Amino acid sequence: MLRLISVAVLLVTWWIASLLVGGAKLPPPPAVLAAIVTEAKSGALFLNLGATLARVTLSFALAMTLGTAIGYWMGRVRLADRLGDPWLILLLNLPALVVIVLAYIWAGLTEVAAIAAIAINKLPTAVVTLREGTRALDPALDEMATVFAFPRGKAFRHVVLPQLAPYVAAAARSGLALIWKIVLVAELLGRSNGVGFEIGVAFQLFDIPLLLAYSLSFAAVVLVIETALVQPFEVRVSRWRSRAA
Amino acid sequence: MQLEAVITGKAYRNAAGEQHDVLDKVELSLRSGEVGVLFGPSGCGKSTLLRILSGLDRDYQGHVSRPSQARIGMVFQEPRLLPWRSVEDNIRLAAPGVDEAKLSALFDVLELSAHRSHFPSELSLGLARRVALARALAVEPDFLILDEPLASLDDALAARLRQQIATLIEGRTMLTLLVTHNLDDAVRLGDRLFLLSARPARLLRTHSIDRPRSARSEADIRAIRTDLARLDLPNR
Repeated sequence: MLRLISVAVLLVTWWIASLLVGGAKLPPPPAVLAAIVTEAKSGALFLNLGATLARVTLSFALAMTLGTAIGYWMGRVRLADRLGDPWLILLLNLPALVVIVLAYIWAGLTEVAAIAAIAINKLPTAVVTLREGTRALDPALDEMATVFAFPRGKAFRHVVLPQLAPYVAAAARSGLALIWKIVLVAELLGRSNGVGFEIGVAFQLFDIPLLLAYSLSFAAVVLVIETALVQPFEVRVSRWRSRAA
Repeated sequence: MQLEAVITGKAYRNAAGEQHDVLDKVELSLRSGEVGVLFGPSGCGKSTLLRILSGLDRDYQGHVSRPSQARIGMVFQEPRLLPWRSVEDNIRLAAPGVDEAKLSALFDVLELSAHRSHFPSELSLGLARRVALARALAVEPDFLILDEPLASLDDALAARLRQQIATLIEGRTMLTLLVTHNLDDAVRLGDRLFLLSARPARLLRTHSIDRPRSARSEADIRAIRTDLARLDLPNR
């Protein structure tokens, strides 16, 4: 209920602001809604949202898998940590734009370049988070697994993974937020579809209703995914914590 | 099955780079079916010795021989249960071969039947200890290791758990090694007492109790305790 009121207040504010500055700069909500409907009817909206979502999914999966593996390895093996740390600091502080531009220059304006560039931007934060998680693993439980001769796979699944789960969730959360931001830039600079590309087109044509139509649709998708997938996952992995006596 | 250990020293370096001696010279041997007790003052290095004997710590001078195939069941000082698995899952993970009959019997003896599906965070320390004990016995160990299993429990609870441990030890032929700083527990549960000095621990003497555990009367226990007290161990 409170959420609905909050959304309504936002809409009213938007409407009043558009009356004050004029519809040319800030179109009122019905104009944007009309643009959304037009794009949806032609199918372009879903095509572009789908293309962006596919890129997000692939680069997110890639960055999380690699990031978890590398982070775990660096947390466990001292040598790997010392060798990998300078690379990590470099990657962490490299601006997203540099990575994207270089990827397009080196690999051409291709899908692979786009997805790799987005993944590389997210990778170092996942590595750092998982490395911290690995360092925080409880040695007492490792010893228990050793004494009771847990096979490696079993120890990883039942002893290590549950301890890493909150860190994986944190990395997924912050990583997804990062990817939502970067994917549009990558599309703007080098793809011919996707939300980022359409926003670029709308910017060049000064078509503000179209620009807002794509921005808001994209924001809605992000919101749905965050509440329907990410938050339930976080609750699930930490459910044993809440059942304290 | 037999455990033979000749340890000539163990030291570790702390973060500041200073060397600390934890163990001096300790020689001990134990046969299957016997309960050995490592008895010594708090902080003398008993737990370190236990980690060496269980194979967790390989960085020491000396030699430990124990059959390489020996299944080990260990009760650590803190229960070390997996907080994200239920009581039953904790036991089944460590002992995948345990059958329902054996598990029920263990839960019966340890009065855990009502707590099967609870998570460790829902258990008191006394209950968690008993779960750890059930886990150690569920693996059908050849070598059972108990590190201060009765510490920080109140007297009544400790006495009951001691009784349960005695019952469970009687039920299976295995090497049992118990660490305690409580003389009463040592005398009631042990067959061979390894009396250790203050840190760095060295073996002061080995004391065998010939009378079987179940036949020891209160008078016997008092007599053994008086005997041992006469040795004036803390001052040697």
